Amino acid sequence: MTPKERINGYQLVYHRPDTLTDNPTHYCPGCSHGVVHRVMMEVVKEMGIQDRTVGVAPVGCAVFAYNYMNVDMQEAAHGRATAVATGIKRVLPDRYVFTYQGDGDLAAIGTSETIHTVNRGENILIVFINNGVYGMTGGQMAPTTLLGMKTTTSPMGRDVVTMGHPLDITPLIAQLPGALFVTRHSVHTPAAVRKLKKALRLAFEYQPLNKGTCFVEVVSNCPSGWKMTPREANAWMEKNMFTAYPPGDVKLPPPGLN
Amino acid sequence: MIRGTVLVAQEICKGCELCVIACPQDCLGLSETLNKKGYRFAMLTADSCTGCENCALVCPDAALTVYREPKPVRRPATSVQGAA
Amino acid sequence: MSPVQRTTTLMKGNEALAEAALRSDMDAYFGYPITPQSEILEYLIIHGPKRGSVVLQAESEVAAINMVYGAAGAGARVMISSSSPGISLMQEGLSYIASAQIPCLVVNVQRGGPGLGTIQPAQGDYFQATKGGGHGDYRLIVLAPSSVQEMADFVPEGFRLAEKYRNPVMILSDGALGQMMESVQLPEQGSLPKSIPAWATRGKPENRERNIITSLFIDPERMEQVNIELQKKYAAVQSEARAELDRTKDAEIVLVAFGLAARICQKVVDIARERGKSVGLFRPITLYPFPTDILSRTADHAEHFLVVEMNAGQMVEDVRLAVNGRRSVDFTGRMGGIIPTPEEILQKIESLTVSTTDQALQGMP
Repeated sequence: MTPKERINGYQLVYHRPDTLTDNPTHYCPGCSHGVVHRVMMEVVKEMGIQDRTVGVAPVGCAVFAYNYMNVDMQEAAHGRATAVATGIKRVLPDRYVFTYQGDGDLAAIGTSETIHTVNRGENILIVFINNGVYGMTGGQMAPTTLLGMKTTTSPMGRDVVTMGHPLDITPLIAQLPGALFVTRHSVHTPAAVRKLKKALRLAFEYQPLNKGTCFVEVVSNCPSGWKMTPREANAWMEKNMFTAYPPGDVKLPPPGLN
Repeated sequence: MIRGTVLVAQEICKGCELCVIACPQDCLGLSETLNKKGYRFAMLTADSCTGCENCALVCPDAALTVYREPKPVRRPATSVQGAA
Repeated sequence: MSPVQRTTTLMKGNEALAEAALRSDMDAYFGYPITPQSEILEYLIIHGPKRGSVVLQAESEVAAINMVYGAAGAGARVMISSSSPGISLMQEGLSYIASAQIPCLVVNVQRGGPGLGTIQPAQGDYFQATKGGGHGDYRLIVLAPSSVQEMADFVPEGFRLAEKYRNPVMILSDGALGQMMESVQLPEQGSLPKSIPAWATRGKPENRERNIITSLFIDPERMEQVNIELQKKYAAVQSEARAELDRTKDAEIVLVAFGLAARICQKVVDIARERGKSVGLFRPITLYPFPTDILSRTADHAEHFLVVEMNAGQMVEDVRLAVNGRRSVDFTGRMGGIIPTPEEILQKIESLTVSTTDQALQGMP
């Protein structure tokens, strides 16, 4: 049966949103980035805000995010995405502005910008991909690398004495008065993806209210960096990453918002 | 049971198998042949698909398009008009 | 037709520059306090927002320059200011801005260095300003004011050049020009036209492709093409070179100085002329593009060049390139925030005249 015959008389229930470009991603098979990109762009499509959305790409694996997200985008220097987003949002206050950053970008080199942007309560959305490893540069230790986790720069496993503790930045962010909505998700199951999409939709919807920064962490895999199959990586993530970085809402907007 | 089907953009698929794991009907698998990038790609292996979208939800490459058989139209016994 | 009357007012250099920015319809300013330029931020935070300009004190110069990247990339007319150590912190951002071809105006009210240095005026950032400063092959267009009037005038001119060439422009000033008060005629409000550039990231309408601001070109062929484009632009920018020539036509010795040092040299020329010496002053106004051709023409008739800078000798290298061995080029300068006195420059001129007379005598039979 040809594909055309197969769908004959059927209703289309899901297809790739046109807010994603046709470019195939450069991400490794099974990488969470693609799912998060897609879900974000589904929300942009469903809200009909493509013409009012400006994104900021990080340095790291998602450095080419602008090749895939079909919205106006700026590529920031390493760690500076939220400063760049601040600049955009301050001159275009009616636009939907987001950053998309990995753990190295957001929680190591860009910690200062991250904290101060949220502390100012910039009305932007920060999407934080945390997979505990530097993927783009070949699997080095990240600020969020778990204790005992092996990377190319913690070959015997991360130890506290010489390498310090994993930085759980999301609860820190939630403490800041400028943070409106702080939540942690994953994309390893259909249910998790649905939850993330709801959270991202809320985060976008809150933006025009000018009540503060929305911060959505996605605990993610890195099959290549972790040297696992995508299936193994997701299982390992659930067992280990979720212990250190448990999914769930960390800070909710005050009741009655909207 | 509602019947569905999926189309796979074979050249975009990287064969990560996440859709295979996510499919509650066990009707997805990987091809024996390779696509141009050298990956085995996802394909329907049984006709038990319900069009539940789970595969598409977890697909990192947005390679899946999901279709579903239209629901049988149920005629209401009496027509209701002017509901507030 | 009578020219539009502009009121003259007495103002600090930093404040004149800030006011000129507001009159040039600046959309946004990002800064961070550092002496001796904090008056710019202080002035703008009071007067900017009520006149429609975004003014934000960032958490660092690093953040501030990246806010400039974002705002200017969104099509806004944006200015940033700092002093030497803060400008060093911005070099990464400036390299990205130059590569992504985003227009913006950067003000460096220089202080003595290296390191944390001193808060006194200096010109030690010439190399950093004119040779790139950050990584990669790029240039800023650099304007060097030597009066409070030019601190104001170079703001609309800087914005104009930045937007014309899609390139960052730097006003290279110093602590003395920033702090001194002089009478100044400020630019008229709205005299600099403004439009929203087509490349700006402001949200993608259905009828155009998405706009992307980036400095990442991973394919080397593409990266080389970007470099070729940049070099073509810098070649075109050469036509903007300008200098002020003061009594150089009949001068045997031509002083070459920019900014504050040029003011001292003007006095030196006055005194030297009174003492019967034919001395003139060549003042580069654009440091990049360096006014090489104009200086080269001056070398057709002038015998000697004496470069005066408030550093260890930086612009002197560009002067030597322009003169190209045809004439002698000497240097005198002070460092670390010391402003040279006219007298010590005159003494240097004296030593030049003596030595050339000696050489002439040696050449006689």
